[in-house]
Amino acid sequence: MKHYEKLIFEVSKPGRKAFHLPTIDVDDLSLDEMLPEDLIRKEDAELPEVSEMDIVRHYTNISQKNYSIDKGFYPLGSCTMKYNPKANEDAASNPGFKNLHPYQPENTIQGALELMYELSDMLAEISGMDKVTLQPAAGAQGELTGLMLIKAYHENRGDHQRTKIIVPDSAHGTNPATAAVVGMEIIEIPSDHQGNVDMDALRGAVGEDTAGLMLTNPSTLGLFEKNIGDIAEVVHDAGGLLYYDGANMNAIMGQCRPGDMGFDVMHYNLHKTFSTPHGGGGPGAGPVGVKDILVPFLPVPMIAKEADTYLFDYDKPLTIGKVKSFYGNFNILVRAFTYIKAMGREGIKEAGETAVLNANYLMHQMMDLYQIPEEMLCKHEFVAAGLKEAAEGVTTLDVAKRIIDYGYHPPTIYFPLIVHEALMVEPTETESKETLDDFGKVMKQIAHEAKDEPELLKNAPHQTPVRRIDEVRAARDLILKYKDSLKE
Amino acid sequence: MKVQSGLYYSEDHEWVRVDGKTAYIGISDFAQHELGDIVYVELPDEDDEFDKGDSLGAIESVKAASDILIPVSGRVIEINDELDDAPEKVNNDAYDAWLIKVELKDDAELEGLMNAEAYEAFIESE
Amino acid sequence: MHRYIPNSEKDRVDMLKAIGKEKIDELFTDIPEQFRLGRDLDLEATKTELELDRLMKSLAAKNKNIDDLTCFLGAGAYDHFIPTVVNHLAGRSEFYTAYTPYQPEISQGTLQNIFEYQSLICELTGMDVSNASVYDGAHAAAEAAVMTCAAKKRDKLLVSSTVHPEIRQVLKTYFRFRGIELIEVPMKDGETDYDALAEMTDKTVAGALIQSPNFFGVVENIKKVSETMKESKALTIVSVDPISLAVLEPPGKLGADIVIGEGQALGNDVALGGPYFGFMAVTDKLVRKVPGRICGQSLDEDGKRAFVLTLQAREQHIRRFKATSNICTNQGLMILKAAIYMNTVGKEGLKDVAIQSMQKARYLRNLLMEKGLAEPVFDKPYFKEFAMKFTKPVAEINEALLESGFLGGFDLNSRYPMPNTMLIAVTEKRTKAEMDAFVKALEVIK
Repeated sequence: MKHYEKLIFEVSKPGRKAFHLPTIDVDDLSLDEMLPEDLIRKEDAELPEVSEMDIVRHYTNISQKNYSIDKGFYPLGSCTMKYNPKANEDAASNPGFKNLHPYQPENTIQGALELMYELSDMLAEISGMDKVTLQPAAGAQGELTGLMLIKAYHENRGDHQRTKIIVPDSAHGTNPATAAVVGMEIIEIPSDHQGNVDMDALRGAVGEDTAGLMLTNPSTLGLFEKNIGDIAEVVHDAGGLLYYDGANMNAIMGQCRPGDMGFDVMHYNLHKTFSTPHGGGGPGAGPVGVKDILVPFLPVPMIAKEADTYLFDYDKPLTIGKVKSFYGNFNILVRAFTYIKAMGREGIKEAGETAVLNANYLMHQMMDLYQIPEEMLCKHEFVAAGLKEAAEGVTTLDVAKRIIDYGYHPPTIYFPLIVHEALMVEPTETESKETLDDFGKVMKQIAHEAKDEPELLKNAPHQTPVRRIDEVRAARDLILKYKDSLKE
Repeated sequence: MKVQSGLYYSEDHEWVRVDGKTAYIGISDFAQHELGDIVYVELPDEDDEFDKGDSLGAIESVKAASDILIPVSGRVIEINDELDDAPEKVNNDAYDAWLIKVELKDDAELEGLMNAEAYEAFIESE
Repeated sequence: MHRYIPNSEKDRVDMLKAIGKEKIDELFTDIPEQFRLGRDLDLEATKTELELDRLMKSLAAKNKNIDDLTCFLGAGAYDHFIPTVVNHLAGRSEFYTAYTPYQPEISQGTLQNIFEYQSLICELTGMDVSNASVYDGAHAAAEAAVMTCAAKKRDKLLVSSTVHPEIRQVLKTYFRFRGIELIEVPMKDGETDYDALAEMTDKTVAGALIQSPNFFGVVENIKKVSETMKESKALTIVSVDPISLAVLEPPGKLGADIVIGEGQALGNDVALGGPYFGFMAVTDKLVRKVPGRICGQSLDEDGKRAFVLTLQAREQHIRRFKATSNICTNQGLMILKAAIYMNTVGKEGLKDVAIQSMQKARYLRNLLMEKGLAEPVFDKPYFKEFAMKFTKPVAEINEALLESGFLGGFDLNSRYPMPNTMLIAVTEKRTKAEMDAFVKALEVIK
């Protein structure tokens, strides 16, 4: 089958126009009547000249080169690729939400403010936190906000020694990167052989310079951190605070809450747990929940309610300021709100239960042929240390590429770093038993191929629009825009 | 893994080739192998001064970016600008593709480094 | 079972049996008893789609939006016309339900879009390299500031007071904890005070951030700033309105090292402030220092052109503590809309949008002057926004305007010592009739 292969610049032809404005109804002033000569653009920006039909065909065709949740199963560990409900999209495309200017007076956006206020409350309830800010634009920005809050808290107490954040070696890359962004140092502590925090190492690491500990629970290995009570005590006793990375919330919703486990601050990933779409890389949203002790430092504005009226509250003398312009990714908040309302208290709990059931069910199917500890009870995701048996030189990468041949998106690979040849699988609750059975069969098939016909893996994928890409070339001979490619 | 004799080695897999009061510095064959295909080498400027253990730059491959920690204190007098266009030279011959040439600050620091035999044993144990 | 969760009760039973369990509770025995919630979440019950639809529509109806109100408000978010193909095409689920393109073989749609977007931004800004975007214009400023200080190994940055107040606020928050010193450059007659800037610049300064058109809509002298910076070997960061680059000389040609900005005006909804996207474009020299994702062109094993995320060694998932930034996302969906928009309006169309916005802005400004309703505050070249001084507080005027169905301009007194001064934005969407009616309404208020 012939694939569509053009860049929009290759479709462009001078004189084509997809857009017209009405004839100007005021004075048709020329540019040099409106601006001094030296400010006027000398050479046009070479944007494409295409017709509307061209645009529609172009984007329709390239879209079909994508895998997506709507197309099939996406068992990416740590990403929670659950169904993106269309009802979310309906809400977000309502002009009553998408056509609001951020500086409109409060009395014209009461519905929006009510939505944000209630969303904060619902997120707080689900996680056991006291107050929630909806401002951070993404998980990583939520982490940034959380660490800033911790820092502000200590400084406000007059304690400027607390410059270190403890992070387990299984942590997501954003954790240490974020600490660096707020000028803190990282102390990495090892996990034990079960992927849990090594308590001795933790006790050795805490001290008067401990600002806090960043943790996700369940861990990035999909295992519940049973010592969380002790961990909280050790860190709190040393004067530090506990930060919860909410990436894995899908496992525990309705079962237990970070706020009850001793966490002081956390971020939510609305694009993971709360079904907002990934958009090919974004936008996300990373609201941050806190306990009372951190409330004074939250970014402004918060949403307040007085009698029946909602308003922006800027009266926070100790605020860390603003992490994002305006109020947050509002139209992502709309989607998350819609989702939580659609699920309700029963649905949220059911989602968590089913996510865990699905993961354990799939894990059992893969246990024979992939390196997964026996007798394991995982939460919403599990990690395999690659294949049990394979021909020489067959790697997790090859397994991943072969999965593509069977019509599925591969799981997360090579994360967490502490597991060799890691394969991290998270089915989520929105997959059926049939899908899991089929995927389980495929994984078994691939494990057999890895031993008997390794070339099938090494040369995979076979039928995709493009096959394995020369990434070294991409990084050495940089072609980062269309004009670069013309220089060749 | 090739280990060239006559050079000093650090635990971070850099080598030092002494030339009177100056020295060439590079990364070992073991290091280039660990990194994989090198796509970029970030080098300091001439006249930059470093203390032993400072980061003098970084080497990037597709899957990793590694800081290069200077094994001896010194002032940069030359950088190997061939690596700008052809970073793969470090993969091809790690001992030929020197990164920087420095004016040594303190000869005594060389004693803290390993010779070829010791380094070979070191990487065996890793 | 909930409509979003496929498995039935029977499926559950079968699956539990398959793994040797009887009850769901057995899957949560690893959670210590003391932490088990043991009660229902205090949330409303599940809503059917019908109930949900009613709820969301009623909430939306409690808002007035810029379809209902004629918008003369800008200040960083603009009511430009979004061609219908933008939402139809960006609404394709192959785009919006796709993940980050870490498996490039099955993400060529996403990757090709990023590559085209990067190319378009470079065209518009006159720069060599663009990344795949950051959260918004303010975040782009923060990342640009970090990048500048790291590249120059200096820790001071000059920021003009004509830069959007929200951007400056975000910068302050980011750098409060980071040890970068932000020094504000005063303004003079609606522009950066270039003499003050020159005086403040020395070899301890990493660079300067200016905005053009600035917060007041005035076009600044980028060349002057970049020349000053070059004398001290410092960098120039310019935050721009992307629509304006259709007709203004791009910063890339005026000596800028980093060009950033808020991308909302390119095909994205005003959406109460988000999601938007921040674009970042740099010179070749800075390509390895720029944060965020970047897409490059390469070949696959069959020799076919293929796109792939590249330079990832700088990013958080590899570099971790030493990463250029902690950013993980790019605003994939937003840049898709922006790219579709730029391709749809095209080379000539973007100029039309910019020119009509300018022509209409001048019409309104002159009309306000003619009718003696307000005086222009600055006599400087401007793009589509301008500051006018009225005889009453802006809050009062806007309240009255609202009753006549108008969203009045930004109250500058809320951020600067400028009483009775309104920042009015006019885009190509405004008609002569709307502007005449706006002026009539103001006459009544007077």
